[in-house]
Amino acid sequence: MIKFTELSGVVAPLNRANVDTDLIIPKQFMKSIRRSGFGPNLFDELRYLNEGRPGEDCSARPLNPDFALNQARYHGAAILLARENFGCGSSREHAVWALNDYGIRCVIAPSYADIFFNNCFKNGVLPIVLNADLVDRLFDEVYATQGYRLHIDLQEQQIFSLQGEPIQFDVEPRRKHNLLGGIDEIGDTLQYSEAIRAFEQTWRQQSPWLFNTKERQQ
Amino acid sequence: MAGMTLYDKLWQSHLVDQRDDGSALIYIDRHLIHEVTSPQAFEGLRMANREPWRRDCNIAVPDHNVPTRPYERRAGIAGISDPLSRLQVQTLGDNCREFNIVEIQIDDRRQGVVHVVGPEQGATLPGMAVVCGDSHSCTHGAFGALALGIGTSEVEHVLATQCLSQEKMRNMLVRVDGHLQKGVTAKDLVLAIIGKIGTAGGTGFAIEFGGQVVRDMSMEGRMTLCNMSIEAGARMGMVGVDDTTLNYVKGRPYAPRGAVWDAAVTAWRQLTSDIDAKFDTVIQLRGEDIKPQVTWGTSPEMVLPIDASLPLPRDVEDEAQRDALEGALNYMGLEPGTAIVDIRPDKIFIGSCTNARIEDLRSAAAIVKGRHIAPSIKLAMVVPGSGEVKRQAESEGLDEVFTAAGMEWREPGCSMCLAMNADRLAPGEHCASTSNRNFESRQGFGGRTHLVSPAMAAAAAVTGHFVDVRDWEAS
Ligand code: SF4
Repeated sequence: MIKFTELSGVVAPLNRANVDTDLIIPKQFMKSIRRSGFGPNLFDELRYLNEGRPGEDCSARPLNPDFALNQARYHGAAILLARENFGCGSSREHAVWALNDYGIRCVIAPSYADIFFNNCFKNGVLPIVLNADLVDRLFDEVYATQGYRLHIDLQEQQIFSLQGEPIQFDVEPRRKHNLLGGIDEIGDTLQYSEAIRAFEQTWRQQSPWLFNTKERQQ
Repeated sequence: MAGMTLYDKLWQSHLVDQRDDGSALIYIDRHLIHEVTSPQAFEGLRMANREPWRRDCNIAVPDHNVPTRPYERRAGIAGISDPLSRLQVQTLGDNCREFNIVEIQIDDRRQGVVHVVGPEQGATLPGMAVVCGDSHSCTHGAFGALALGIGTSEVEHVLATQCLSQEKMRNMLVRVDGHLQKGVTAKDLVLAIIGKIGTAGGTGFAIEFGGQVVRDMSMEGRMTLCNMSIEAGARMGMVGVDDTTLNYVKGRPYAPRGAVWDAAVTAWRQLTSDIDAKFDTVIQLRGEDIKPQVTWGTSPEMVLPIDASLPLPRDVEDEAQRDALEGALNYMGLEPGTAIVDIRPDKIFIGSCTNARIEDLRSAAAIVKGRHIAPSIKLAMVVPGSGEVKRQAESEGLDEVFTAAGMEWREPGCSMCLAMNADRLAPGEHCASTSNRNFESRQGFGGRTHLVSPAMAAAAAVTGHFVDVRDWEAS
């Protein structure tokens, strides 16, 4: 897994609640069988004025000048500032792959949908939850300051800006540990192989109908 | 000690390891796989030289990309005209062969939308932990199962370890007392619930649906209800086991038989919340209060009863909410204050894992029988949820009812629920759809979706605008 320790970067604002994963990466790009290459189609329908097709060269497509990521001041953004319930809808991990591929390694929002939130941690993207007032304040600062940057320190669980005090954020210990170490979660779980096997044996005795179900096929 | 909820019991029984930091390893009994979210997971296994932990728990079926036109389907994978879709379906087949996983292939008589196929084959059983790389995996919770959608990294994790790393959710009970009015369905109920609690109302919760209305509901209805839990923000929705559950499961191909069945039933009877179970949140509704629902905006929570009119932005005080409202009306091309009954769909889609089971098709057919779709309707398509549903419907003559009414009768798949295949809306078109998401461009670039029940979609097809099916006279 990709490590996340510290990150400094330009912050781009996405001032809209309930951003769904269909909006983050539309379905036509999910036909790919790879994990990379989604960056040019991140927020495709917000970013471009025409409909995108998979495999198409996006550099020739007309850009929506109103969309933050198209504006020079947010060029190269690594941090996305967003609103409530970010990442709702489809479970597509492609949404996180697209963010990552574009170069966004951290999202800051008041709340996230559960599956998206979870998917972030599997890909070295840090979703930070801050209360709505703090998010409001960051939006104000981003709009007010050209080239607004933040520095995120996961170990210390702090966000540093040029103005004001550092902001503390919460993160579950296990997720933090895995991100900091770039832990391979499968390898980690496989260290519990004995416990899994022991569980499986008991479970099979208790609920034999859950095993070898293929054999009962007509 | 307070009693346990159904979710508590399912969690407890699947707990392999509870760690001090609050996370846990949960054992998975059934893993369903489709072509869109699995290729990268299989690739991950290959790269790390790992094998699936347990093969017999995995069942794969292609559904998202498959064409629904009969002539395209006759040629199997080769008939898929879009090369990317074809490659994805082909890759699923290749991966299943390589890793020795059962696949219900595109030309198999059982093929269909994964969440229709699983229960129908008895591959979803009460008391199971069921996962799939698809957010609508919550559908399977209707069986008293711990069922949730996962991402692709988790698909790989489940394949390799048979486990999922999870934190326990909180418990929410949605209790619906009384009875539903005639013509009002599980779809209307779940849309009304989402309208009430919002699309993030269930975030962090496992929802259990209970009360008389749910007890009286068929398995098809319960699946519709649980299916849209994710649209309320909950990763899981579930219903306790009762006779309705057992009668549905009995005799299905993957269900146990004989003495094993009897033992299973004894265990499954325990799968309800204890009377003194404690829920963190309880939401109550009365069945009688629910009217047929229609979504008018770009989020499932933007929903109104059929006799209502669209909201007026000027009445909304909160600036962010007013902006969201204006944005949605703008996208939908609808004037504030428009009556829902004055909205005129261009296309009709009856299908998806929410509403393409036999009961759904019967209720749509009952509406259109002996009638014809309105001239203003450009396309009305009925896409059965699976090959089994299709055959059952054909044996009842429903296909003829639909085609006589001017509707198209298609082959099973996800189809215009997400428009990954050729079935899609053109920019600006309105669609009465029985699916689950009305997000921008979900059903095609610039398309405008109105989520409704199958009966409401069928009635809109006939009249050319939304109507109250409670007033509908059967012909
Ligand atoms: S029918 Fe729609 S919601 Fe259901 S699995 Fe297919 S695409 Fe997803």
